[in-house]
Amino acid sequence: MTEPMIRVRGLHKSFGALEVLKGIDIDIHPGEVVVLFGRSGSGKSTFLRCVNFLEEPTTGSVEVAGVEVSAGPPTRQRKSAIRDLRIRCGMVFQQFNLFPHMTVIENVMEAPLRVKGESTADVRDRALALLVDVGLDDKADEHPIRLSGGQQQRVAIARALAMQPQVMLFDEPTSALDPELIHEVLAVMKRLAETHSTTMVVVTHEMGFAREVADRMCFFHEGIIFEQGTPAEMFAQAREPETQRFLDAVI
Amino acid sequence: MTNKADGEAVPQTRHGLAHSLEVASLRVPFRVKVALVWAVIAVLLAVAFTRSGFDVEWMIEKAPAIVKGAWVTVLFSVIAITGATLLALLGALGRVSRNPIAYGVSGFYTSFFRGTPLIVQLFLWYLALPQLAQGLLPQEYAQWFIWPAQVAGIVGIAFNYGAYMTEIFRSGIEAVPHGQSEAAEALGMSYRQRMRRVVLPQAARIVIPPTGNEFIAMIKDTALIGLLGTTLLWADPFRVAQLTGKADFRNLEALIVAALVYWGLTGIFSFFQRKLETRMSKGYVRTVPA
Ligand SMILES: Nc1ncnc2c1ncn2[C@@H]1O[C@H](COP(=O)(O)OP(=O)(O)OP(=O)(O)O)[C@@H](O)[C@H]1O
Ligand SMILES: [Mg+2]
Repeated sequence: MTEPMIRVRGLHKSFGALEVLKGIDIDIHPGEVVVLFGRSGSGKSTFLRCVNFLEEPTTGSVEVAGVEVSAGPPTRQRKSAIRDLRIRCGMVFQQFNLFPHMTVIENVMEAPLRVKGESTADVRDRALALLVDVGLDDKADEHPIRLSGGQQQRVAIARALAMQPQVMLFDEPTSALDPELIHEVLAVMKRLAETHSTTMVVVTHEMGFAREVADRMCFFHEGIIFEQGTPAEMFAQAREPETQRFLDAVI
Repeated sequence: MTNKADGEAVPQTRHGLAHSLEVASLRVPFRVKVALVWAVIAVLLAVAFTRSGFDVEWMIEKAPAIVKGAWVTVLFSVIAITGATLLALLGALGRVSRNPIAYGVSGFYTSFFRGTPLIVQLFLWYLALPQLAQGLLPQEYAQWFIWPAQVAGIVGIAFNYGAYMTEIFRSGIEAVPHGQSEAAEALGMSYRQRMRRVVLPQAARIVIPPTGNEFIAMIKDTALIGLLGTTLLWADPFRVAQLTGKADFRNLEALIVAALVYWGLTGIFSFFQRKLETRMSKGYVRTVPA
């Protein structure tokens, strides 16, 4: 068995008195696609945000592509480890969060230029290739506001991929989209999973996507991974009645 | 300007002179009426001035010297707004920082400079700072803090306006959605990079119009610098008017000219300010649907 791409150990997260994550342990293997699902407030986003330390875990540790960071005070050394971890870990948000003052291609080129210090020529070629991949090379010089939601989200995926991360985190990437735009984003994600074998952790309630693309599904419930299994197992019959009730409601 | 007369129905019960006057009045556009009001005010003032022995010839003779002071006003304002912008940028970064030193220093800065009168601050820079320096530093360094009136004045105005503008810049930074900084963070960008590349450029769009307003207010407040006793070389319209008016006992004439100069300057810059505001508001507005 190869080393896991993501290893989470004993992850707890509290906001004041509210304990949102109550001990998460999970190994995610290279190339694996894991779908996280569960009720609103069950801690899915918080978990994802703890993986790249947008949220500081209360206790526990996260390892991504060999970079391990534990909960602790923000020392200089720890900050630089978090930065290393983030470089290996792209994230796509529900609200896209493209930079409105930059064009599409500038959005995609920004991090490789500033964070990795790569040369403009290299980065431009890669950015254009990524825009071709997500079908938006003709929009390279537009500002994001001129794009539809689905197009913006595809740019956001290209922007994350431009850093050549080993892991991609998606937090409800299609929830803010009109129904007719959802499929174009899911298609890009599917291609990413199948042809690039990127390790992906996806919070979504698109069960069609989960069934087709996921290797594993994790049901979040009250701050723990309540149940996990392959889509085949989950969709046939969940072990826990709680999981089954939720699946019955969303399918 | 809307024509306030539009749509006002003429009451049908009125007759005679009053009625025809009202009908005639309704035909005159609102803005023409307003212009008339202004004209009447101007005539009344002119009459009042003439009756008080207003010396037009003296005014025409001395006006050019006073008007020339406008360059000093513009120069002081441009230097001071530049300084104030830099101070406000630092101040605002301090206000949004979690570093206790940056937060504390910027908090003290805005509290003191917004909480005390500008004129007192000007005199503090001009008269109190040299004394402080003398008490603390060896003579050769203390001399560096003895400034000419115009320098103390510009520094004082820059610090004062910088404190007010700190709040403008802070709210500009806070108006940038948190998701922006977060997206940059997820890409591995450092705090500096996030601020410089993502947050500040977006905040700048928000703060440019109110900064224009500060500049216009500053044009008027530079007149206070004259109170420190600037020499004729660095005299703004108010200072020139004070000096020449007092010498010839023509204070009314001199001060009226000075007032008109400031009024003209603020008028010109308000015009550009409005243009700028319209342009900025177009911003990243979506003009063509995708
Ligand atoms: N910054 C925060 N401060 C305080 N409480 C928070 C914060 N972020 C999240 N929470 C709380 O943590 C709990 C879990 O939130 P989280 O966003 O992780 O849920 P989720 O499973 O992603 O739900 P959803 O499906 O609605 O996105 C919620 O009760 C939420 O109110
Ligand atoms: Mg969520």
